[in-house]
Amino acid sequence: MSESKAQRFVALCMLGMVLFNFPILALFNVRGTLFGVPVLYVYIFCAWAALIALMALVAESAR
Amino acid sequence: MLHGSIIIFTSFAYLGLLFAIAYYADKRADAGRPVIASPYVYSLSLAVYATAWTFYGSVGRAAADGVGFLPIYIGPTLMIALWWVVMRKILRISKQNRITSLADFIASRYGKSAVLGGIVTVIAVIGILPYISLQLKAVSTSYSILVQYPDITMPTSATAAPLAADTAFWVALILAAFTIAFGTRHLDAAEHHQGMVAAIAFESLVKLLAFLAVGVFVTFGIYHGFGDLFSRAAAEPKLRAMMAPLGGVAGGYASWVWLTILSMMAIMFLPRQFQVTVVENLDEKHLNKAIWLFPVYMLAINVFVLPIAFGGLLHFPDGGVDADTFVLTLPMAEKQELLALLVFIGGLSAATGMVIVETIALSTMVCNDLVMPVLLRMRALRLNERPDLTALLLGIRRGAIVLILLLGYLYFKLAGEAYALVSIGLISFAAVAQFAPAVLGGIFWKGGTRRGAMAGVLAGFGVWLYTLLLPALARSGWLPIGLLEHGPFGIELLKPLELFGLAGLDQITHAMIWSMTANIGAYVGVSLTASPSAEEHRQASLFVDVFTQSGEAGGARFWRGTASAPDLYNLLTRFLGGVGADEAFRDYAAAKGRRWPDERLDADAELVHYVEVQLAGAIGAASARVMVASVVKEEALTIDEVREIVDEASQLVVYSHRLEQKSRELEAATGELRAANERLKELDRLKDDFVSTVSHELRTPLTSIRAFTQILFEAPDVELEQRKKFLGIITKETERLTRLINQVLDLSKIESGRAEWQASRLDLREVIADTVTGMSQVFEERNIRVELKLPERVAAISADVDRIIQVLLNLLSNAAKFCDPAEGRIEIALSQHGGSLRVDVRDNGAGIEPAYQSVIFDKFRQVGDTLTAKPHGSGLGLHISRQIVEHYGGRMWVESRPGGGACFSFTLPIDIAAASRAA
Repeated sequence: MSESKAQRFVALCMLGMVLFNFPILALFNVRGTLFGVPVLYVYIFCAWAALIALMALVAESAR
Repeated sequence: MLHGSIIIFTSFAYLGLLFAIAYYADKRADAGRPVIASPYVYSLSLAVYATAWTFYGSVGRAAADGVGFLPIYIGPTLMIALWWVVMRKILRISKQNRITSLADFIASRYGKSAVLGGIVTVIAVIGILPYISLQLKAVSTSYSILVQYPDITMPTSATAAPLAADTAFWVALILAAFTIAFGTRHLDAAEHHQGMVAAIAFESLVKLLAFLAVGVFVTFGIYHGFGDLFSRAAAEPKLRAMMAPLGGVAGGYASWVWLTILSMMAIMFLPRQFQVTVVENLDEKHLNKAIWLFPVYMLAINVFVLPIAFGGLLHFPDGGVDADTFVLTLPMAEKQELLALLVFIGGLSAATGMVIVETIALSTMVCNDLVMPVLLRMRALRLNERPDLTALLLGIRRGAIVLILLLGYLYFKLAGEAYALVSIGLISFAAVAQFAPAVLGGIFWKGGTRRGAMAGVLAGFGVWLYTLLLPALARSGWLPIGLLEHGPFGIELLKPLELFGLAGLDQITHAMIWSMTANIGAYVGVSLTASPSAEEHRQASLFVDVFTQSGEAGGARFWRGTASAPDLYNLLTRFLGGVGADEAFRDYAAAKGRRWPDERLDADAELVHYVEVQLAGAIGAASARVMVASVVKEEALTIDEVREIVDEASQLVVYSHRLEQKSRELEAATGELRAANERLKELDRLKDDFVSTVSHELRTPLTSIRAFTQILFEAPDVELEQRKKFLGIITKETERLTRLINQVLDLSKIESGRAEWQASRLDLREVIADTVTGMSQVFEERNIRVELKLPERVAAISADVDRIIQVLLNLLSNAAKFCDPAEGRIEIALSQHGGSLRVDVRDNGAGIEPAYQSVIFDKFRQVGDTLTAKPHGSGLGLHISRQIVEHYGGRMWVESRPGGGACFSFTLPIDIAAASRAA
């Protein structure tokens, strides 16, 4: 039971490593803005927030 | 006006407030009601990670390359995702062994090696010095700038100033005094500093609020929101490159990745992070919340970094203001005195928090893993005979704190001016990253040995010295700069910044690649060639198998010898004081169900181990080992014996697992047997029912046949008309008897699986039409209208045509029997749904009560009261039909409501051939 939690966390870490690495980062490393903010900045902060949200979900889940 | 005295007064008032908080928390802890026993305080205390580097330096870095500061916070987020696996294990190990510092952890894992602990301590102190100097630089710079208010001038080089006029020097001394007051007021066996943790958590709040305040002010006060700020920045050609900086101003993706990896290690192995995460942890469960709350904190404190950086660059376009100071200079330029003061306090929080925890952690390491092992080995000092050593321990720690801060100041004077804040900090990150292989390898790999760990750490640290510290000193003019440009003795291949010709990388990436290669290579290589000692083997097994071994007593299995309880008690008294020792013994006795000191305690292996662990909390594992060995007579275990014990333990675990599994299997088997028994009983009952029903059904026609034959036999003068009628009845009953017996035989064949099924391809439309034609006589007799609804064409199926006809005949004859006696109507519909054909036979009879609908398919079930009404059949027809349909993988059911007729339906899969083979 704590096994599956551990596996989920490891998977999240891997997801983070993919999100914040080449080539995904390079896709957003472009001139251009979203709501006036450069795309790269928006992407990094949103992806980061999403990752933390998922971590919270796993950490607080009963299993 | 912000006069210097106001700033100094505010700072001291703030430090006083911190002290009050710490004092209150300590008092509460002594009263047994700790304020820090909360996951929220724990998470905030982890935020000691955010130092003056974060507070001032991130903006400086962001102003240079846009996103280069972010890996320092994203890396820890990724690492924390692994904490559930890694940190939980470290926490458990540390609690069981009373680990009090990183050096202690590594020394303890590799056979309680005092030498290894000492090496780790030295590396940690040297490695962290740049980081401490960074805090001193930040505080003194921010003070120097703020005191010039309303002018904004960068401070002149501090190197030139005389000592007494140097702010950084005074900051170092004040912080030393403050840390001593915080961290070394008394000696705690578990090295818990609850007051300090409470103060740190408070400081984390202050720095976050201060930074958010500046962020909001710059973004929404000076400019009109994010969009406005970024669009103005985009209008500047110089700043445009920072909007998509990766692969450009921010360096390649390799730098980004290595920075991420570097900070992943920093969050684990910085001495202060180890202190707050592991040593000060009160409850493993706090990790659950901290795993996401701490990343949330890091996200929050970084949201406004980019806006402030761009705001500063737009506001001071000529470059006269150092970007590291934008957080402070922007409010100053806008004449926001109070905000500027708040920022200064925020920066002070960030710096003091780091310095306090870091120096406490380092002083514990210096005392327990460097000084004490040496002192205890010096027989001339006769430390073994001193009755109370607590004062000595505290003295060493206080001295270490002062020394470390002065060394930090020295580094600041030597090399601090040449680098920006972030670059200074990264040098320290790279130093502590050298502990990663030894720690992570140590908790997951039993093969790692003391020599391997030593070789790895030393090799990594050597490369770090050469590729990071040496260049830092050379750039500051303390070593000839030619060393960097041409290599030592002019050997180009050995240039510290392009070692072995590896060029084109930034300094940190370059150093990390080489130091990690050397470190991991040496660790693994030497571990595999050197065989471990008994002590190492036992510690390796205790660490790696921490979740499977049984608690603190796990270590006691490895001890053999003789000891005396009073000796052990005296030993504890000397390091913990009388009160501490009493408490420790009482706890131990209570756990054994004894009352100490009224009852004597057995000086067995368990007590010896307990005392050693308690002692380890105060003076470190290696020293504790030496001290305990000095008061007990031990028999040295050989490596083979340790192996045996370890194997025995793991064998036991394996056996108990196997036993558990066997008993589970046994339980399952018992359950199955019980179920099988129930089923057998049920079948037996059904068989009895069946036999009695069949006999009953057989007897009814037999009775009437016998009665009529008897009449004919006994009264030969019966009229011909009457005789004919009787013979007719007899024939009919005989037919019924035959039919019944045939059906019983048929049923038993189907149920036992002996029935023969002859498959042939058939068109269900034809079969239905033929069957209806065959029964037309019956329908006409009863004046029943039959309606056929057959589609143009349906898929052919492969089945036994006689069986299908049997089913249809049964349904049709039932319908004929039960439909409306006056105006009977039967409707037969065929349709194709997906993979199956469906046949509906609908009549307009009286219908079937819902209660009967589910049972009419059972054997010998007939609707209505069989005692009063004459049964219309054997009660086997529907049952057999359903068996046939189910044999082909189909389904048969009835839909009906009383008075509304009944509709019997069945389906047959088109791919019957496959279905019946599988059945």
